[in-house]
Amino acid sequence: MANVPRDLKYTREHEWAKQEGDRVRVGITAYAQEQLGDVVFVELPKVGAKVTAAKTFGVVESVKAVSDLFAPISGEVVEVNGELGQKPEIVNQDPYGKGWMLVVKPSGKGEWDQLLTAQQYEELIAQGGH
Amino acid sequence: MASRYIANTPDEQKRMLGAIGSGSIEDLLVKIPPKARLARPLGLTPALAETDLIRHMTALAARNAHADSHVSFLGAGSYDHYIPSPINHLILRGEFFTAYTPYQPEASQGTLRSIYEYQTMIAELTGMDVANASIYDGASSLAEAALMAHSVTDRREIVLSRAVHPLYKRVTATYCEGPGVRLRDVPAPEGVTDLAAARQVVNATTAALVVQTPNFYGCLEDVAAAAEIAHAAGALLVVVADPVNLGVLEGPGKLGADIVVGEGQGLGVPLDFGGPNLGVFAAKNELVRRMPGRLVGATVDHDGKRGFVLTLQTREQHIRRAKATSNICTNVALCALMATIYLATLGRRGLVKVGELSTAKAHYAASRLTKVPGVSLRFTAPFFKEFALKLPKAPERVLPRLARQGFLAGVPLKTFDRALADCLLVAVTEKRTKAEIDAFAAALEKAVA
Amino acid sequence: MADAYDKLIFELSSPGRVGWSLPEADVPEADVHKLLPAKHLRRDAPDLPEVSEFDVVRHYSRLSRMNYGVDTHFYPLGSCTMKYNPKLNEDVARLAGFAKVHPLAPEASAQGALQLMHELAWDLAEIAGMDAVSLQPAAGAQGELAGVLMIRAYHHSRGEKRTKVLVPDSAHGTNPASTAIAGYEVVEVKSLPNGEVDVDALARTLDTDVAAFMITVPNTLGMFEPRIIEITELCHAKGVQVYMDGANLNAILGITRPGDLGFDVCHFNLHKTFTTPHGGGGPGAGPVGVKAHLEPFLPVPVVTKDGDEYALDWKRPRSIGKLQAFWGNFGMLVRAYTYIRTMGPDGLRSVSDNAILNANYIMKRLERDYDVAVPGPCMHECVLSARRQKRLGVTATDIAKRLLDLGFYAPSTYFPLIVEEALMIEPTETEAKETLDAFCDAMIQIAREAETNAAVIHDAPVTTPVRRLDQTKAAREPNLKWTRRG
Ligand SMILES: Cc1ncc(COP(=O)(O)O)c(C=O)c1O
Repeated sequence: MANVPRDLKYTREHEWAKQEGDRVRVGITAYAQEQLGDVVFVELPKVGAKVTAAKTFGVVESVKAVSDLFAPISGEVVEVNGELGQKPEIVNQDPYGKGWMLVVKPSGKGEWDQLLTAQQYEELIAQGGH
Repeated sequence: MASRYIANTPDEQKRMLGAIGSGSIEDLLVKIPPKARLARPLGLTPALAETDLIRHMTALAARNAHADSHVSFLGAGSYDHYIPSPINHLILRGEFFTAYTPYQPEASQGTLRSIYEYQTMIAELTGMDVANASIYDGASSLAEAALMAHSVTDRREIVLSRAVHPLYKRVTATYCEGPGVRLRDVPAPEGVTDLAAARQVVNATTAALVVQTPNFYGCLEDVAAAAEIAHAAGALLVVVADPVNLGVLEGPGKLGADIVVGEGQGLGVPLDFGGPNLGVFAAKNELVRRMPGRLVGATVDHDGKRGFVLTLQTREQHIRRAKATSNICTNVALCALMATIYLATLGRRGLVKVGELSTAKAHYAASRLTKVPGVSLRFTAPFFKEFALKLPKAPERVLPRLARQGFLAGVPLKTFDRALADCLLVAVTEKRTKAEIDAFAAALEKAVA
Repeated sequence: MADAYDKLIFELSSPGRVGWSLPEADVPEADVHKLLPAKHLRRDAPDLPEVSEFDVVRHYSRLSRMNYGVDTHFYPLGSCTMKYNPKLNEDVARLAGFAKVHPLAPEASAQGALQLMHELAWDLAEIAGMDAVSLQPAAGAQGELAGVLMIRAYHHSRGEKRTKVLVPDSAHGTNPASTAIAGYEVVEVKSLPNGEVDVDALARTLDTDVAAFMITVPNTLGMFEPRIIEITELCHAKGVQVYMDGANLNAILGITRPGDLGFDVCHFNLHKTFTTPHGGGGPGAGPVGVKAHLEPFLPVPVVTKDGDEYALDWKRPRSIGKLQAFWGNFGMLVRAYTYIRTMGPDGLRSVSDNAILNANYIMKRLERDYDVAVPGPCMHECVLSARRQKRLGVTATDIAKRLLDLGFYAPSTYFPLIVEEALMIEPTETEAKETLDAFCDAMIQIAREAETNAAVIHDAPVTTPVRRLDQTKAAREPNLKWTRRG
């Protein structure tokens, strides 16, 4: 069973979100990277871009699959993990740590509470992830 | 009657049906509703034996004028260049000829290696970072470039010089119809793109400016100036170029092109009445993930040995489906192999020689033909191997007579541009001789008199 | 023993070697620097190899030996119809009166070429039950684009702005891709577990916003769609055009015709059904056939016949335009024409009969050792699932690689997407029973190995010029051209 840290929130599309003061850090889950296999490419927005909850903000690719990335919350991108451009494999190696993707300054209210808890997300992946 | 392309004998069919547990082939068709069945044989010509068929095909072929039966000055995107003999022998090796797209790379290293060589050669000639494994032809390559520029810049307008091949423009318009990408023109009244006009037309809605060099009229364009205009507006510069000329002419990438497309037929591919051709497509590195078509990359195998695979496939239809960068699947790999063998054979010095001879003979032809009274060059801009010739008599009255005398004199420009109804587009490759050109000039002189 | 050859042409280069023969200039001025302004000229000669003609011949001969082709190996790649490519077609296509004809030669001087095109279009129309055929599309995908654009032009001509095209989840990737380029929103429709169209679901999805329904017949599971006539009628009742992907036409020659089934458009893959060689990935040819109501929208020009004279008709104001610069992949058209004349109507019918027989024979022989995606009888190809083997740790890819070691090219894998661990096997009519038996023996051997000796499968291939390749490295660090070391 893939690792699902307790202190994070999740989307149904397998992104995680972590509250850091007034910012939210975003990445994909261990389960997601396992399903994809070796990540070969990550396409992320630029700093300053706006993202919208439940809308795509980028893509992550393995050799034979492409997966859209969905924003857990709406807001402005304030940091992007530039290292993934050169070393996409970090997403596989450390999805919750060095493999983070964005830091967002949230603009919406109430979106945070609609995200899945660790327990809800575990149930989702236990059913096959859909 | 038994067919030589089907192995099963009636006895074998019976044994196979027995193994399947069916009484007849008809029993295998149970899922087809009876009312869907064709109740009669197809209304086609009955089968011909090999000898009879050869007679029929030879008779059909005999009704066509061709580059061996006539002295040809036809060009406009399809050229009678020298084709070294080994190309045909090598492409006919069944392992190349009858293979599919290299989906199982371990059993397709021959194809993959040759494509990798092809990509290297095309990148070198065009002066670009990366080339793909091929698009259908020059025109559809341009169409793909237009769509790619649209997706890269998120802008909806493509500005094309009127000196770009009109049929390429037609194909681009067809591809741009669905996505709602608009085409705008820049005039080229003197045979080259009016760059001052281009500067007016290219703006913040322009995805790409497209120029061709040598252009449809054979004239050379100022690519560097076009690049500056495109880039100043944040647009891409797409250059249409014929790679067989690039032994002599500068690679458009060196002059600022972001995407180079073109027709590679001149690189050892037969005329074939216009197809199959070879769509060349090359781009800058930063655009590689938006490129259409297949790409071959080098990697290593399980033992660390060098090997080649199709790569960056997530761009393609079989993975990204409706969001793919292009719908292309089957391309023209065998024509790319012809081009690879051609460029290997011609090599560093041969390709230069082809360009030099074509230029020299074209310029000789231009000076010789304009000595015919009433005949002149339509444009004064520098040209490469092709030029527009103004005749004192309507080309359609001159051409049939010249054809009877063994000359395919050129392409009448009337169908492409009414303003050029009195012009003939004349192409001269390295295959033409001074004697042929002199004879053509003499015949033309009589025909227009 | 695998051939250990590991050269690229650039690595054979030796400065000064030549492989070409061109005459010296016979005109007075041959110096390009005097003829052309310097700013257009290349500063250095291009960095191309310098090799002898024999270097070229040996290099590419050796490269060819690193490939499997239909001529050398059974090539059961489903959906691709890897049948024998007749040698006669090649002789004919190389007649100077075909191969050396310029596309803009005066029509009066190209009557043989135009006649061939006119007759081929007519033959294809008869084979598919269509009213008109354009030979211009360069491959199946371009035929699809042309077909969908014609449907779009048709709706527009009637003042209808439909925005969606329905495509089953079992469809080939080009179907949604072509549809998207044609400007439509692609709506994926779920197939029934047996791969057939869910007719009730389809009926609910069809509305005035749907421009077309695009399906493959037989479908990509190798099965004939039993309710196809009902489906096309249902679509027409809602003003929806029906497109048939004709990639699987090899199954139905002389048996049934897309036009008679109610299809408005269908494309042909001449490189599948009509024996033009695949060439390592093309060229192909993808003519597109239409019913009369779509005829005004065909790509220009159309080859016409008036008395005994053939011509190119450009005056077609409602045409969707052009798809390639000239008239189509004529070289491929010559081969397909030669093939159709070789086979005649009875021969073509027996092509499909034997393609179906061969596929069913394979399915029968393998049904105990592999799961079949859908119970037979099948049409010209059968789809197996390696899900049983997957539980033992052996995937469809593993089976494909092991087949290479046993002397066969692999079936298509992971297509259609709706079948888990899909192995799509299309033997074609040109293969003999003993080849099919040898292939089935190999497949059964692999099924046994999966149970007892999976290592030999996971190690495969070991007889090919290279072993399994690192696809991840290739995608992470793209190396797309050769560069000189040092
Ligand atoms: C079912 C199906 N549809 C469409 C295509 C696309 O045809 P092409 O490769 O000629 O563009 C293929 C072939 O690969 C196919 O198998």
